[in-house]
Amino acid sequence: MKILVVGCGKIGTAIISSLLREGHDVVAIDNNPSVMAELNNLYDIMSVCGNGADCDTLSEAGVQSARLVVAVTDSDELNMLCCFLARRMGAHHTIARIRNPEYNDQSLSFMRSELHLSMPINPELQAAKEIYNILKLPAAVNIEKFSGRNFEMAELLLKDDSPLNGMYIYDVRRKFPGRYLICVVGREENVFIPDGNFILKSGDRIGITAPVTEMPKLLKTLGLAQKSAKNIMILGASKTAYYLAKMLSSGNNNVKIIELNRNRCEEFCQALPSTMIVHGDGADQELLLEEGIKGMDAFVSLTGMDEENILISIFASLQNVPKVISKVNRDSLAAMAEKLGLETILSPRKIVSDILSSYARALENSEGSKIETLYKIMDDKAEALEFNVQSDFVYKEKSLKELTFKNNILVAGIIRGKKNIIPSGDDYILPGDKVIVIAAGHRLNDLSDIIK
Amino acid sequence: MNRRMILHTAGKTALIEAVLLILPLIVSLIYKEKSAVAFIITIGIALILGALASIVAKPRTNTIYAKEGFIIVTLAWITLSVIGCLPFIISGAIPNFFDAIFETVSGFTTTGSSILRNVEALPKGLLFWRSFTHWVGGMGILVFVMAILPNVSDRSIHIMRAEVPGPVVGKLVPKVKDTAKILYLIYIGITLTEIVLLICGGMGIFDSFIHSFGTAGTGGFGIRTDSIASYNPYSQWVITIFMLLFGLNFNYFYLFLMKKFKPVLKSAELWTYLGIFATASALITINIYPSLNNLSLAIRQSCFQVASIVTTTGYATTDFNLWPTFSKGIIFILLFLGGCAGSTAGGLKMSRIVLMFKALKRELQKALHPRSAKAVLFEGKRVEEGVLNSLGIYFILYMACIGIIFLILCLEREFDILSNLTATITCINNVGPGFGAVGPASNFADYNWFSKIILSFAMLMGRLEFYPIILTFSLSAWKK
Repeated sequence: MKILVVGCGKIGTAIISSLLREGHDVVAIDNNPSVMAELNNLYDIMSVCGNGADCDTLSEAGVQSARLVVAVTDSDELNMLCCFLARRMGAHHTIARIRNPEYNDQSLSFMRSELHLSMPINPELQAAKEIYNILKLPAAVNIEKFSGRNFEMAELLLKDDSPLNGMYIYDVRRKFPGRYLICVVGREENVFIPDGNFILKSGDRIGITAPVTEMPKLLKTLGLAQKSAKNIMILGASKTAYYLAKMLSSGNNNVKIIELNRNRCEEFCQALPSTMIVHGDGADQELLLEEGIKGMDAFVSLTGMDEENILISIFASLQNVPKVISKVNRDSLAAMAEKLGLETILSPRKIVSDILSSYARALENSEGSKIETLYKIMDDKAEALEFNVQSDFVYKEKSLKELTFKNNILVAGIIRGKKNIIPSGDDYILPGDKVIVIAAGHRLNDLSDIIK
Repeated sequence: MNRRMILHTAGKTALIEAVLLILPLIVSLIYKEKSAVAFIITIGIALILGALASIVAKPRTNTIYAKEGFIIVTLAWITLSVIGCLPFIISGAIPNFFDAIFETVSGFTTTGSSILRNVEALPKGLLFWRSFTHWVGGMGILVFVMAILPNVSDRSIHIMRAEVPGPVVGKLVPKVKDTAKILYLIYIGITLTEIVLLICGGMGIFDSFIHSFGTAGTGGFGIRTDSIASYNPYSQWVITIFMLLFGLNFNYFYLFLMKKFKPVLKSAELWTYLGIFATASALITINIYPSLNNLSLAIRQSCFQVASIVTTTGYATTDFNLWPTFSKGIIFILLFLGGCAGSTAGGLKMSRIVLMFKALKRELQKALHPRSAKAVLFEGKRVEEGVLNSLGIYFILYMACIGIIFLILCLEREFDILSNLTATITCINNVGPGFGAVGPASNFADYNWFSKIILSFAMLMGRLEFYPIILTFSLSAWKK
């Protein structure tokens, strides 16, 4: 499928790389020739140098035959104009990055319909939502929500003192009954879809799917619970910080933001009256101690510098802050930060490229069972997908135990109307259901791909 | 450095060559020639070596960088030439190894210089193989590998850049693999058209294939000692037109098929190319008309020779050694030019020449108005200073290589300066014939083995545009 990516900054490059891994034909547009030359050396793409909102450039890039146009330049307005033009010139679907908070209110849906945008994306808002979810359930390293927001998958890290260490999965199920499923285990470099005979070890990352309402109770019975964070310190008054603080301020939370730039501080004071803004250098450990980092429930590092985020997060962990979340955009640094002992690392780039991968895959597969959401989990080594089951699904007559699945595939949940089903062998997949599938080492396009 | 990947690709090249050798094998079986045995033995050797190399050196990762790209291309071409010369040696048609290597390299690099004194004596199968190497070498063997094999590296653009002639490689579609496929389809399509047109004009089927391969790769191996001269005027005109077509940038054909005529018709490179062809033909026609006294013959001879030299093909319908000096001078200049970038032609390439003259014009203007700010524009886009700089460097390298190889050739006592100089130029530009002792009516047989190796090297350097060969044989490329 032919996809145009306009704007090849950090996010653009991440999108290009993930779309290429999905096997799409990518044409990149950017106005910086040296960026284009570099990209051409790294990726198998075609590049067009020029202004993304210029019709000539767009038609040179072949917008007429493009299924999808993704505009992710620095400027929201340019992205919108580019998508509008691309749509008029024949592109089937358009996605624009719109991240200015002023546009991200009621006006967004109006703009979206007027510009015929298929989807606006806002990496900062997405990142803030994800951090918010984790702060609500701090035991989890990562949380992915499926449609209807009633079903989620939490990624947990088994610490040395976890009661699950050394247990068989079927023992876990017997000892801690409930509506959940341990559906994926990451151990060092490998990812497993475990069966009953799998033994859990300390240091494993496990993925548990369960209905949202039962997750806190479940974590308590498993002895993994942590109380949700109330006192939160955020470093860096970025856009993500703004969205996050806004979400947190609606609850009974105590949020403190530390920012070096005076003007940013003042803007934030105006936009977030109930939040405490501290003007000072977050890299200054004295300042952090003075602002009471030791008493915080959570510390979120959101400055623009990956390195700074990593180092200050390590300092926060050393001060025994129970939950430390750091934003790291570069993949190589994220892997290193994990080795240094940081548990929860968040990358807006990755969030956006996940969204785009799933969007593109769903487009590619316009017939059959549509992909509703797709998450790359366990360092991209496995995927959690949600499918909409269509009425022509071939295997609706058969119960799960009668079907033979491919290796390393698991049906982790079925959402039928308002009911959430943790599937057992006797359940059926019926048209109209949403089915959550965990797959390692496959590239699934359609629900029937899971069957041998 | 990813040495496994380098060896692996060389192995794959050998395997592909084994497959390609089946075609001449079929030809020699059709004509019931003994050379079939030579082909079977060569295929066996290529299969064994290729399988060994690609199995023993199974790459752990297929990531390559610019450095690997250069080395892969060089080694692949050397593998190709060494295996390709085996049928000549085994069958006894060209018993000497250095002669066989010269002939094969001349084939793959689409030069068309020959050491054969009597071409007509060669078996049909070998003649077919000799011309087929032109066709394979014209578009590039690794581009072919990329087009048909799965799992090419993400960064295979480095290979394409090293193999496809021209200063910059423009992709037609996002994926290298698909671009390679489209290029080959266009290539095959035009070649088939030429074969059909030649057969319609009364040329034999075998001859039509041979001459179409020679035209397509802009090579120039014929099967008669007098090249194309004894064929009818219709065939000569068809070959003239197709030589010109194969000297065009292949992107034009793609754009034409996509019904995008504007960028093609506005292309400065295209008009320079056609302009040079028209001017040179006209001047030569005027110059040779008095001695021929036949206008249509004069036009036909001058157009054919000019098209043949400017596209670096090297076919001939007359011996231009006997032309007046002015015409010879024009032909001498044309030896350097070459076709458009992205074609199968050798030489400097039109786009480089256009750019160099534009840069020259700007420098002159700067001398008059030191503060003037002026960009060099090419095909409607601004050319970056870096590109202009590397163009100048390329030209220096090109002249230096000509100089060095010329000096080495002069060590031989038998030949005069003109022969040695034009032999060097014609080999580096992959043209074929030169002047004096290496003119269209004569051949390279009298050079000694050392000169033949040096000239083979020159042809490879010219075909791969210097950098790959020079970098592969420089120590710093192999340092950790």
